[in-house]
Amino acid sequence: MMPSLAGACAAPPEAAPAPLAFVTRVGGALRLAAVDQTAQRLGIVPGLTLADARARHPDLAVTDMDPEADRHWLGRLARRCQGWSPLVTPVPPDAVVLDMAGSAHLFGGEAALAALVDDTMAELGMTCRLARADTAEAALALARHAPGPVTDEPAALRALPVIALGLDPEATLALRRAGLRTVGDLAARPAASLAARFGAGAVTALRRLLGDERRPIAPMAQPAPLRFERRFAEPIAHERAVAACFRDLLVEAAGALEQRGQGGRRFVLTLLRSDGARHRLRIETGAPTRDPALVLRLFDERIGALADPLDPGFGYDSIVLAVPLAEPLGAAQPGLDGRDSAAAVLAELIDRLSTRLGPGGVLRLVPHDSHIPERGQQAVPASRTPAPVRWPPPQPGEPPLRPIVLFDPPQPVEVIAEVPDGPPHRFRWRRTLHEVRLYEGPERIAAEWWRRRGGELPGQGGLTRDYYRIEDAHGHRYWLFRHGLYDEKPAPRWYMHGLFA
Amino acid sequence: MRVAPILSPDSGSLPAAPVLRHWASGVASLDAALGGGFAQGRVHEFYAASEADAGAVRGLAVGLGAGMAGPDRSVLWLRCSRTLGRAGVLQASGWSDLGGRPGQLLLGIVPDTLTLLRSAADALRSAAPGLVVIEGWGRMAELDLTASRRLALAAERSGVALLLLRIEAQPVPSAAQTRWQVASAPSRALPGQAPGAPTFDLVLLRQRAGPCGLDWRLEWHRDQCKFREAPLPGAVVPVPAGRPLADRTGRQRDGGGDDAVAGRSVRSAA
Repeated sequence: MMPSLAGACAAPPEAAPAPLAFVTRVGGALRLAAVDQTAQRLGIVPGLTLADARARHPDLAVTDMDPEADRHWLGRLARRCQGWSPLVTPVPPDAVVLDMAGSAHLFGGEAALAALVDDTMAELGMTCRLARADTAEAALALARHAPGPVTDEPAALRALPVIALGLDPEATLALRRAGLRTVGDLAARPAASLAARFGAGAVTALRRLLGDERRPIAPMAQPAPLRFERRFAEPIAHERAVAACFRDLLVEAAGALEQRGQGGRRFVLTLLRSDGARHRLRIETGAPTRDPALVLRLFDERIGALADPLDPGFGYDSIVLAVPLAEPLGAAQPGLDGRDSAAAVLAELIDRLSTRLGPGGVLRLVPHDSHIPERGQQAVPASRTPAPVRWPPPQPGEPPLRPIVLFDPPQPVEVIAEVPDGPPHRFRWRRTLHEVRLYEGPERIAAEWWRRRGGELPGQGGLTRDYYRIEDAHGHRYWLFRHGLYDEKPAPRWYMHGLFA
Repeated sequence: MRVAPILSPDSGSLPAAPVLRHWASGVASLDAALGGGFAQGRVHEFYAASEADAGAVRGLAVGLGAGMAGPDRSVLWLRCSRTLGRAGVLQASGWSDLGGRPGQLLLGIVPDTLTLLRSAADALRSAAPGLVVIEGWGRMAELDLTASRRLALAAERSGVALLLLRIEAQPVPSAAQTRWQVASAPSRALPGQAPGAPTFDLVLLRQRAGPCGLDWRLEWHRDQCKFREAPLPGAVVPVPAGRPLADRTGRQRDGGGDDAVAGRSVRSAA
């Protein structure tokens, strides 16, 4: 099977019209390494220099080739394929080999399995070419080089060009120069003379391709899932018995994780009730852990946060603990005084609160690349951003220039200004009239015109805001803005956007 | 899995309450009235004088947080999701403009008051953050004497202070160490009639085992991370050389009641 990789990595499906190409630096020139289907249809092929391709199609979208990301994605595809066969191996840069001997009948035969693979890959947005053959080498060669669907495997193999042998370029060129164009031409010659002229490698490759010699594939390691289960002869309903059993499972999981040098990030507890109902409880931790007491506390939080409490009914038949996500965790050396480090304690608190309040309940603020005030920051779950984020320090000697809270959306105010585009003189907000004592401004903030369609045209880029820092007669400090300049809009409105300390 | 500690001097016994530490605010009279500054490991309540002072009370908490939490410890700020629309979105840029470190800020969004109090108590007990702030809007009926005592005990045990901000609320009895009323005050204008550094009017409504009824007008000095006493508003006539300073009468402000003596002493120290 050979998914067409580079095309599917970056191209969003709805943005079809612009052709897309991936470039890489070869020698001194930028050359196309891979192109998408739109580009292929336009006659842009890999190997072209970027300058040539741009000359033909100026609207070509170009991204750098990222072989590492491709390899990573191929690995994920291969893991996805492990559902069909235990013997799967990715063959970089663009192929995955499945040994489906003995597993194809589970899916209704080889042809049905191939259709299933094709459908699944299509759902993932991948275009792939599938080939079935007796050996992995033959399947790879057919997938990569066969012109169309294969009906007669030996004939198709013999019709393949010699490049399908996968020899080094010099040997391939030498074969071509000798007039040997297809694999069939080669197979018709005596092996000894081939070995004498092109090396033993050519003969081995030929024998493997034609199925005379078999080499087993080296499948990807498939770690056993971390799943721990207790089954009971009689259903248990007593809370204490369930808790004791759960603690046993956690200790068992901790042992298994320790053997692998890992810690769990996600724990799923499934309680199977005797009447067939099942309760699933899931917790996540910010850092990998295998401390049973900590996980137990988090599950307590989770159970406490449930809308309706767990009802054991006539008892649980079985209890299953799974660790679907685990990460490497080395042994840590605690301090001699037996106290945990501050970071570990904080991570534990964040986990507890996140479990209680949900992942969006404990947030950190991280900078976001925008000059529009309300878009300048993002709140992200704290359990996923363990390290403190750096924010630019303020200018020394300046008063606070940004408010401590921002209203979203801004609240409309009625403003009386002395001159139309001047600062506010007095304003009414929440039914109270405020006299302006001190002000600073305007600080002019333009709209992000590049985000709008046609925003580069005059008058189409969105309204400019004029911000004023205002202090009223009582000493309250506000951030007001006028939405629009007078030449952008006839009667621009004023808004309260934030409060200063 | 952690290796068991080899030596644990205090294993098996409850950890002793940490020594009472204070954060000196930078204003001598304020620190003297508080016995050395804002106490760590205690609950401090700040009531906004009116809804318009909601910005002031939060700004004050940011300033206090920058001072009290220390440079590398987190500040946990808890707020109710119901009040987010009225209260506004906390801004990291404004936070850092007040001298705080927004990278250390942990924002907890809780669904109701009961969860708010439970989360605050857990955070205080764990001693993980350097400071816990509760931003409470409205009456908060669940925060009764028992709940407040529970928070105070948790804070005392761990040595982490709790700032309880109350907006749109009337002062009620509680187990807090100090109770303040906070209002914005006119700032010292910068050149060009621009608003200056944040200025607050603070009234010490109550203090456990200490003087109360005092008031201060404080200016937050961001670069030094300290408060300083704000000069009196209005144009100040320079005092001519040779005339004794004692001629200046301290400005008497209302609200002091029987503590007027202390109030005057505070003012005259200006």
